[in-house]
Amino acid sequence: MTLPTSKPQKNPVAGMVEKRGLGIWLSHAIMVLGVLIVFFPIWLAFVASTVTQPEIVSPPMPLLPGDQFFINYKKALLAGVNVPVGTMLTNSLVMAIGIAVGKIIISLLSAFAIVYFRFPGKKIFFWLIFITLMLPVEVRIVPTYEIIAGFGMLNSYGGLIFPLIASATATFLFRQFFMTVPDELAEAARVDGAKPLRFFWDILIPMSRTNIAALFVILFIYGWNQYLWPLLITTDPEMNTIVMGIKQMFPSGDDVADWPVIMATSILAMIPPVIVVISMQKLFIRGLVDSEK
Amino acid sequence: MEKRVFFKGWLLPLLLIAPQILVSAVFFFYPAGQAVWQSLFIPDPFGLSMQYVGLGNFKYLLSDPYYRASFFTTGLFSILVTLVSMIPALFLAIVADRLIKGAGTYRTMLIWPYAVAPAIAGVLWLFMFNTRVGVVSWYLGNLGYDWNHVLNGSEAMGLVVVSSAWGRISYNFLFFFAALQSVPKSIIEAAAIDGARFWRRFWTIVLPLLSPTTFFLLVVNVVYAFFETFGVIHTITSGGPQQSTTILVYKVFADGFVGQDLGSSAAQSVILLVVVGALTVFQFKYIERRVHY
Repeated sequence: MTLPTSKPQKNPVAGMVEKRGLGIWLSHAIMVLGVLIVFFPIWLAFVASTVTQPEIVSPPMPLLPGDQFFINYKKALLAGVNVPVGTMLTNSLVMAIGIAVGKIIISLLSAFAIVYFRFPGKKIFFWLIFITLMLPVEVRIVPTYEIIAGFGMLNSYGGLIFPLIASATATFLFRQFFMTVPDELAEAARVDGAKPLRFFWDILIPMSRTNIAALFVILFIYGWNQYLWPLLITTDPEMNTIVMGIKQMFPSGDDVADWPVIMATSILAMIPPVIVVISMQKLFIRGLVDSEK
Repeated sequence: MEKRVFFKGWLLPLLLIAPQILVSAVFFFYPAGQAVWQSLFIPDPFGLSMQYVGLGNFKYLLSDPYYRASFFTTGLFSILVTLVSMIPALFLAIVADRLIKGAGTYRTMLIWPYAVAPAIAGVLWLFMFNTRVGVVSWYLGNLGYDWNHVLNGSEAMGLVVVSSAWGRISYNFLFFFAALQSVPKSIIEAAAIDGARFWRRFWTIVLPLLSPTTFFLLVVNVVYAFFETFGVIHTITSGGPQQSTTILVYKVFADGFVGQDLGSSAAQSVILLVVVGALTVFQFKYIERRVHY
């Protein structure tokens, strides 16, 4: 690894404070190069989604966009390969929002119970929630699949959402936040004779608004990007989510894949999470740093 | 840490915490219990009855060269993913930290890949290195290098490592960048006044201050490589060639759903549970320490 050393400066302090000269241009050049390299796969996918199949299958494919944008995207959205990509987008949206909203609701409720009440078994419940951290869906796939099959929830939104909805992380995040809420507020509410739920709804929820939004961004992306679980339980193409559906668009035999449509689908699959991340960048970074702490 | 103010009653908190406990019980604890239970049995060839074999499934697994190879593959894979995602991220963060203007813009650009699902990342990289139409493999061919990850195990490993690490570069960059920004400028300037040059300042001041972040990211990235890269492997190599990219999580899926070997798959789930448990405890111990910093 080489470090970005600037030209030796006669006066290091001036270099530190003002940050100017050749070193800065070099730094900018490195950043631009870094961004270009990191971006290249996305750019190439975009280019591939705007050209014709013959242009791709006779390599090298062009590196600048062609004029097939509308044709390819229209074909992907309305026809797709097995099922219109529009349908898969809807499924993904329902799943991602379902998981994010569901997790937030049940975590808010349980964090409220844990922080503001004393009740029998509180410690045990707390540890039970904590242990779920150790059980990602990847390590319990077969038995969880059997349960969903037993409930008859294969190929349903419920089956996509429920097994992923319990989240210790969100509960801990809200618990941490509730701990920082001044005791005087709860005290005042109690003196005024406000019921616990009234305090929860009128004071705690409005105060948690930023945390809820930050968490929503993280959880939306978590739900949107799920792959293994939808792959297992959606055998009906009509229920495929877009992230897992792309793999199904590749032909199984020796046929040539319909690259422009597949790449258009890849671009469509990354647009919603990218929009969420970019537009809510500040919240997102905050949510990320908080939820990992 | 406990609140001083509590609301009265025990029924309400139990009701509040019930949804989370219910979901956890049905979709986390019961399946995990099932996995442990099933790991002690093998189904007869007709699937009519289960035969108790005690630890037979585990004994068989540990003597199975394929399973041991999968352990080795997983280790190699996670080390490589961690290095390939952290080193460029640290390098870019150091460069970006030197800039006063523009760092925010570069950050926005670099966040993109984080939002891209592992499975989609797999499709993008597969497209670039596709043996028939891939741009990169075509140029490599022109340079006299015959790229074929479908047949060559090391090339397959290289490709899944880079595809998995790609999105993590963004993630690691965010954390490194945030950590660098919070290094007190006064310390750096004091060192600069004492005549310490960039390198020396980096090794003696910045790097030690970054160590909590670095260590945290090491753990998080290993966990990511273990459990969240299924989509990359499934889209690019399906574990091949000759199982050279079959990581443990992929093997649970392949043996349980493709091979229908439920006893073995359950035993593998149990082993994974132990691994996640150890990683979680490790992570938590470390994070506890981090809080006291």
